Amino acid sequence: MTDIGSANGPRGRHADQADAFTEQVVTLLTFLRRRIKGEYEIDQFGFDTDLNETVLMPAARMLYRHWFRIQMRDVERVPEKGAALVVSNHSGTLPVDAMMLQVGLLDEHPAHRQLRLLGADLVYAIPVLSHLARKSGHALACPPDAERLFDLGELVGVCPEGYKGLGKPFSQRYHLQRFGRGGFAASAVRAGVPIIPCAIVGAEEIFPMIANARPIARLLGFPYFPITPLFPWLGPLGAIPLPSRWLIGFGEPVPTDGYEAGAADDPATIFELTDQVRETIQQMLYNLLLERGEAFG
Amino acid sequence: MARVVLITGVSGYLGAEVAAILRDEPGIERLIEVAGPATADTASRPRPRAAEAASGDWPQQAAGQAARPDEEVVRLDVRTNQLGELIKATAADTVVHLGLATTPGAAGGRASMKETNVVGAMQLLIACQRSPTVRKLVVRSSTAVYGTSARNPTVFTEDMEPRASHGLARDVVDVEGYVRGLARRRPDIAVSVLRFVNFLGHRVDSPLTRYFMLPVTPTVLGHDPRIQFVDLWDGVEVVRRVVAHDHPGIFNVTGRGAMYLSQCLRRGGRVPVPMPGPALDAIAGLGFFPDVSPEQRDLLRYGRVVDGTKLERELGWAPRRTTEEAFAAFVADRGLTCSRPVAAADGALAAALDALRPADDAHQAQASPYSEGAPI
Repeated sequence: MTDIGSANGPRGRHADQADAFTEQVVTLLTFLRRRIKGEYEIDQFGFDTDLNETVLMPAARMLYRHWFRIQMRDVERVPEKGAALVVSNHSGTLPVDAMMLQVGLLDEHPAHRQLRLLGADLVYAIPVLSHLARKSGHALACPPDAERLFDLGELVGVCPEGYKGLGKPFSQRYHLQRFGRGGFAASAVRAGVPIIPCAIVGAEEIFPMIANARPIARLLGFPYFPITPLFPWLGPLGAIPLPSRWLIGFGEPVPTDGYEAGAADDPATIFELTDQVRETIQQMLYNLLLERGEAFG
Repeated sequence: MARVVLITGVSGYLGAEVAAILRDEPGIERLIEVAGPATADTASRPRPRAAEAASGDWPQQAAGQAARPDEEVVRLDVRTNQLGELIKATAADTVVHLGLATTPGAAGGRASMKETNVVGAMQLLIACQRSPTVRKLVVRSSTAVYGTSARNPTVFTEDMEPRASHGLARDVVDVEGYVRGLARRRPDIAVSVLRFVNFLGHRVDSPLTRYFMLPVTPTVLGHDPRIQFVDLWDGVEVVRRVVAHDHPGIFNVTGRGAMYLSQCLRRGGRVPVPMPGPALDAIAGLGFFPDVSPEQRDLLRYGRVVDGTKLERELGWAPRRTTEEAFAAFVADRGLTCSRPVAAADGALAAALDALRPADDAHQAQASPYSEGAPI
């Protein structure tokens, strides 16, 4: 400890660096002290801002900046404040794309918006993932949760493809799957919040899934069990994502406040809106793919 | 208005405290306290109130107010129609049903617990339905009605459908069903159903309080549930207010906010022992934690958070203690202290920080969270 303390000596570049390092160590140690004594607060959703800001987001940020080298396009289309629903494609075997979207909006949006994602119920049944998802501010993809977040003026994110998108074979990359029953659209219309289409290019290549070991998946209770060129052959090493280059783009917000009362319960209206959003995202995906070029370039 | 109030479940911690408060409630002429059949345990239990009232911790009655109501304690078997006779004989106008056996252990087995909870409630409801005098019914329920699963919405409101399927939760769902039936048949009775979260307080002896007192605390590996508490004082105050004025409807009763189980264990200085879910189920199945019922083991996985704002709006009042404050009070009351490894780790961290930082900062960060009145 004393050698770090010597940074108080003559000022210089080394001393500044040592100061910055000391600062980081202090932050980490105070964080650990808070954690072992439980001195932090959570909201009703279980959002643990302390853990999120100090551990989860910095870890994800490293991947975001240095591994996937993600660039955002038209991020200012996401409103500065108030409730809105970001609807994105979903791919990559593990929901890394949702996490990257969260980092991107927090770091690069002018208002540094915190994205509250709606996850499938399976997320909350899987050990570790269940409480990490809650601690990073996510909720369950169900109308009451969406409504509660909209009421609080939060920016909500949803990937309507769900596991169909995540666990699709590599050969179907960048082909959007079905958007469920359009529950997200109904919730947005009910609350009158704008839908912001979002396309994520790059996540498809991180774990190229060449086969699905269904019997193992059934045994473990997972929706699929991926076989990639590296997994499970290399064990834990095979779970390291490939360093593809990513682009995340946002489309023009689709307003939903113009509908008449009861539109949220009308399947025709909801399916039409769902299709419109889906088509927009598909088109954005093609454009961003062209712009990106080589996946590993 | 002269009122005759009949209250059940006075051998439990909630019933005992509510009865103690209602004895001094103005406007209540007569208070009939119904307890289960006498057992060695209940008979020897001291009557509450005196100590608490002296400590000034409880809502105080206006000094020098009118004479105390006549109070009487009746012991009877709630599973028989003796209750009906009692209501008829006393012409009670308000029935406060707080009798709810929450653990199979205390009730003498699961079958007996179900019998007491469900058949007892049915007998009581039949008695209310037949009585021409009853104008108000207050029923203790539990947020266990919402069930516990990974499919739970993040926060439950009163309008969400009960999903519980077994144990205490099933009993409570059944009881609420019968209560709804009564409300339909006797629209002139003001029916309030209070869904309480877990109580914490000096007198509270529940599976959860015993769980927090274990020397090492088993948790489910990979799960960290969100839980809520209500301070017993606040729970008693809610019942008192609902008895004093009409507030028909179903209400969640909880302290504001929520905590993770891991957070509770850390603040209480407990030593968590995470074990795989099936292993915990198996160990509990062998009888190691007799009071940890299957739905509590589910609670240790998925937790449950409810929205208490409906009650706050209805009463124009908020619980005195939040979930965190109720837990802090519990920690202080039970004298829970930091376990040795945690204290050692904290000491080491504090020493490291002292070495790194200017003295004044370090000094500030050292205030113990366990001292009285510390902001938590």
